[in-house]
Amino acid sequence: MLYSEKVMDHFMHPRNVGVIENADGVGEVGNVKCGDIMKIYLKIENDVITDVKFNTFGCGSAIASSSMATEMIKGKPIAEALTLTNKAVVEALEGLPAHKLHCSVLAEEAVKAAVKDYYDRNGIDYDKSLFPDAPCCTHCG
Amino acid sequence: MKVYADNAATTKMSKTAIKAMLPYFDGCYANSSSLHTPGQLAKDALASARADIAATLNCKPNEIYFTSGGSESDNQAIISAAAVGERKGKKHIISSAIEHHAVLHTLDKLKKRGFEITLLPVHENGIVRPEDLKAALRDDTALVTIMFANNEIGTIQPIAELGKICRSHGVLFHTDAVQAVGHVNIDIPSLNIDMLSLSAHKFHGPKGVGALYVRTGVALTNLIDGGAQERGKRAGTENIPAIVGMAAALKECAAKIDATAKKLVPLRERLIDGLLGIPHTALNGDRTERLPNNVNVCFEGIEGESLLLMLDGCGVYASSGSACTSGSLDPSHVLLAIGRPHDVAHGSLRLTFAEDATAEQIDYIIEQTEKVVAYLRNMSPVWKDLTEGKKNYVIQ
Repeated sequence: MLYSEKVMDHFMHPRNVGVIENADGVGEVGNVKCGDIMKIYLKIENDVITDVKFNTFGCGSAIASSSMATEMIKGKPIAEALTLTNKAVVEALEGLPAHKLHCSVLAEEAVKAAVKDYYDRNGIDYDKSLFPDAPCCTHCG
Repeated sequence: MKVYADNAATTKMSKTAIKAMLPYFDGCYANSSSLHTPGQLAKDALASARADIAATLNCKPNEIYFTSGGSESDNQAIISAAAVGERKGKKHIISSAIEHHAVLHTLDKLKKRGFEITLLPVHENGIVRPEDLKAALRDDTALVTIMFANNEIGTIQPIAELGKICRSHGVLFHTDAVQAVGHVNIDIPSLNIDMLSLSAHKFHGPKGVGALYVRTGVALTNLIDGGAQERGKRAGTENIPAIVGMAAALKECAAKIDATAKKLVPLRERLIDGLLGIPHTALNGDRTERLPNNVNVCFEGIEGESLLLMLDGCGVYASSGSACTSGSLDPSHVLLAIGRPHDVAHGSLRLTFAEDATAEQIDYIIEQTEKVVAYLRNMSPVWKDLTEGKKNYVIQ
């Protein structure tokens, strides 16, 4: 099969799908040329991510990566969410096909973009090097 | 319900073809190049298969060369015509923007060897215009290669007109008819075709076997050197069971082409109408000049792979563009060629049928697709932007 059971589970039954009205931070990454766009909404209280939702336009692994990433950061302090790596998402999904690894990169970047948005909105100072400028994967044209 | 709707990728083998093949595995298994009696019986089977295939295309048996399938046939036809052209100093080839990669990648290779390639546009209906071909022809054009019917959007090209133009200009004309043979009537002489590729598994024959029609007098270049099989033009012991199966399948399909089309066209129309009932959905390719078994649509705001996986979960086995490109992240070159922007081209669905399709299956597909599209749109940020007016719909 193309995908692991875990990927199929998160694709067929994605967690945290939706939109948070009046979110504290919103991050959107990807582009239509790649065929993947991910948007993550965060509710943050006392530096803790109390709620998270996502909307994704993309393939099975993009939807599964979004679902898994939101599960992994829900209820976590921001500092911990920022340590989420695409590798951790891939491991939690029990693997992704090589040509789909960029989906997990998008998930990591979407989380970071949403946190950055929260920092920017609230004038919170942060280490710029943690947030690379490119809001899109570089794996496709 | 389970519905296999991916017949353009491959078809179920016909029982007639399987039955015809069986004696050639353990009974008449000799090498047709051997002089002994069993060998000659195998040779007879080969000759009979060649004659049957030639009869369905209205050509001479010795104009049929057996190959491993459509890709090899396409490669050999193009490489051969290029070799002939090169000897005469002609290094220009015309093709179309929607060809199969077996053609496009072969042309890319020739480009690196100094050939100039012109890819004709297909306009929004997915059809090459004869006047575009006329305008592109040059004194140094060695070959025109344009597919009979497209593998993704099913559009049927004006082969008779294109063939006539090529013949009157004295330019070789090859057509990749992999999707057309066994599905539409093909009378080679009246179409002025010089070379034609076909593949058995697209018309209920076995995989791994195909043929190349080459008009008498057109010089072939070997892709595979070795023994003198196929009149010295394609070495390797013939796959007799597969060749026999291909001939049996084609004979069976060809005999009922009109009846199958009569049955499938209303089902195709029913499916197109049903799918176009989903808002912001467009049919890809001309509505009438298309294969009787092909439906291809784009749904705005969603991505094709997730659509396919969800449909798979509902027992609908379909495809998004061409299965050959499923390892790639790029949208279909065919959909881009008919003018679909990238985001819309990503949301395509191809449904292709065989003669056993039923109205119940069509209705089931429509029902499931409606549900899945609505579900995926509900989680799509692109769809959200469209519905909130932050972006304009491409498909009205």
